[in-house]
Amino acid sequence: MKQIITSWQILRNVLREIFDEAAYARFLRRRGLASSSKAYAAFRREFEGAKESRPKCC
Amino acid sequence: MNKTLAILVWGTVAALGGAAVSTVAVRRGEPINALWLVVAATCCYALGYRFYSKFIAAKILVLDGLRATPAERLENGRDFLVTNKWVVFGHHFAAIAGPGPLVGPVLAAQFGYLPGTMWVLAGAVFAGCVQDFVILLFSVRRDGKSLTEMAKDEIGLVGGFVAYAAVISILIILLGVAALIVVNALKASPWGTFTIAMTMPIALLMGVYLRRIRPGRVLEVSALGFVLVLAAIWGGQYVSQNAALARLFTFNAPTLAILIIVYGFAASALPVWLLLAPRDYLSTFVKLGTIALLGVGIVALHPTLHMPALTRFVDGSGPVFAGKIFPFAFITIACGAVSGFHALISSGTTPKLIARETESRMVGYGAMMCESAVAVMAVIAACVMQPGIYFAINSPAGIVGQAPAAAAATISGWGFPVTAADMQALAHAVGEQTLYNRTGGAPAFAVGMASIFSHSLGGERLMALWYHFALMFEALFILTVLDAGTRVARFMVQDALGHVYKPLGRTSWYPSILATSALIVAAWGYFLWQGVKDPLGGINSLWPLFGISNQLLATVALCVATSIIIKLHRAKYAAVTLIPLAGLVAVTFTASWHKIFDSNPRVGFLAQAQALASGPATGATSRLIFNNRLDAAVTGILIVMVTLVLVESLRQWWGILNGEIEARVKETPFVRTRLVEEQG
Repeated sequence: MKQIITSWQILRNVLREIFDEAAYARFLRRRGLASSSKAYAAFRREFEGAKESRPKCC
Repeated sequence: MNKTLAILVWGTVAALGGAAVSTVAVRRGEPINALWLVVAATCCYALGYRFYSKFIAAKILVLDGLRATPAERLENGRDFLVTNKWVVFGHHFAAIAGPGPLVGPVLAAQFGYLPGTMWVLAGAVFAGCVQDFVILLFSVRRDGKSLTEMAKDEIGLVGGFVAYAAVISILIILLGVAALIVVNALKASPWGTFTIAMTMPIALLMGVYLRRIRPGRVLEVSALGFVLVLAAIWGGQYVSQNAALARLFTFNAPTLAILIIVYGFAASALPVWLLLAPRDYLSTFVKLGTIALLGVGIVALHPTLHMPALTRFVDGSGPVFAGKIFPFAFITIACGAVSGFHALISSGTTPKLIARETESRMVGYGAMMCESAVAVMAVIAACVMQPGIYFAINSPAGIVGQAPAAAAATISGWGFPVTAADMQALAHAVGEQTLYNRTGGAPAFAVGMASIFSHSLGGERLMALWYHFALMFEALFILTVLDAGTRVARFMVQDALGHVYKPLGRTSWYPSILATSALIVAAWGYFLWQGVKDPLGGINSLWPLFGISNQLLATVALCVATSIIIKLHRAKYAAVTLIPLAGLVAVTFTASWHKIFDSNPRVGFLAQAQALASGPATGATSRLIFNNRLDAAVTGILIVMVTLVLVESLRQWWGILNGEIEARVKETPFVRTRLVEEQG
């Protein structure tokens, strides 16, 4: 049972990282903000440059 | 595991792998089951990972778990971040898994299932995984530096410049050929075009949801977007059956090409966070889900491969693309075996996330193995089809003719029986008007995937839905590569132009954004237009060009890796990168020679230009002649540049081994990690 929970947590964390939810959570922690449309807009602005310059393979 | 048990387990894996590879390689005359390919691949990957990657990690790279990585030393909560190894693995795999490993093996299936499968397995274990692994580790030891920076530091200015030029060239050719695949998949397909068109309002809705309703809940909104996309696929069949709506969504190839060029420019130049970021998430969601589903489908259904092991087209007369098995099979399949583009990812985001050096083996070597497994799935998807159907879909009209009966007769004459009625029935089953001349690999892959899915889930009734799901899946993430790639190329050009005139380097200065976006889109748009107008279907000339440029970038990456290994005084192990490097040099230089100088007009660009010049002149003749000469010039320039890197590298290796040049690597000095103490 413990292994199933651990596997689920790993999968969830992988997906959260791939989909940038984890990056948003870190952004909120770093800035000491609560989640809101303003905070998300600020996150996107900060994150856009790094995200856009990231290559995607063929 | 105790030693005896380990020997027993690995001995069994080796024996099973040997038996499966032998069956795949030796069996002739009767169809084999796809499970043989699955077993051969699983065993090869397991052995490669357990033994070869461990050897590289221990003897060459000497991975040090006590050495702090840039993620720890430079942690800033943004780019540099200590991250769980499975999360980094997922991140890395999501970035390297593009449409290449799906399309390349489908195209190369014209030689039969054997060449593609063998190259994917051997290429991945001995070249692709090695390249990704060593470049990742070397970047980790250099504060996450990019391939171009490492080439400049370790080989010299020439290396840096060539790596930069190769990256730009690959991006442009890749984007042109990727757009062409989408055009060929969607032309005269109202269902497919409607579904893809619907992803735009769905992405807009996702953008509003993310920004206004549930900020930051990407997984949630991606799941919602996925459901809406499925609804759009379902709705597509009504569009295709309604004459007025079908007319609205039916486009020919040039119109689709113009629409995609306009889309590419808008995606690069406009601040379209509302559309692009949500589409990217949607595409990733669909990509990961579909790859997993396809893997399960293949294992559950274990279909029979109808394509022979080797076809008559190994002699170079293939209709999908011209050229002999060597070197063309090896440049047609890049991403599933070895891809220079991966070196950009391995020296991009990933090295900034790795927590411990020892994890780079799993991430670098392991993720490429998974990518290679995707390529094996693509081989299976292409080869489960009856060969006659495969060739009818993938052969351009210029080779087999426009009329269904003539095309079927030509293909049957090659020994792959197919009738016009078979093709009509299949087109009807997947909800298309016709499946002839659908070059580019995507429609053939979609038919193969739909056939696998429909046999395991929903039966023949759902064939059309699965086909359009597969088509949407490919087009969606090709379009994501297209807009992400255009922006990456724009950033690179802006970065370079910034050295000439500072404001041009500012990524927020609108005149620069517009000018550089137009430049990049015009460049790949030209190749796309060239492909659309090519009577041989475009893929015949553009895919080899893409394969050559991608493998040349791998050549540069392996030169960098070999230089570092020699500088580390581990020259006795340099064969690990030198052998794949030599193989790639042989493949790319031979392929380039053929593409430029071969006397067969279907293979050589110059011969084709010559044939066009001496044939009857039409309105398009002079343009086609120019295009062929341009392709020859691009290939020639790439080869000259990579030759410079090779010469420079060889000069340096010779000097170091003779003691004439000091072997000095530019690694970041050792700093002991604090993570071990924290965990302990």
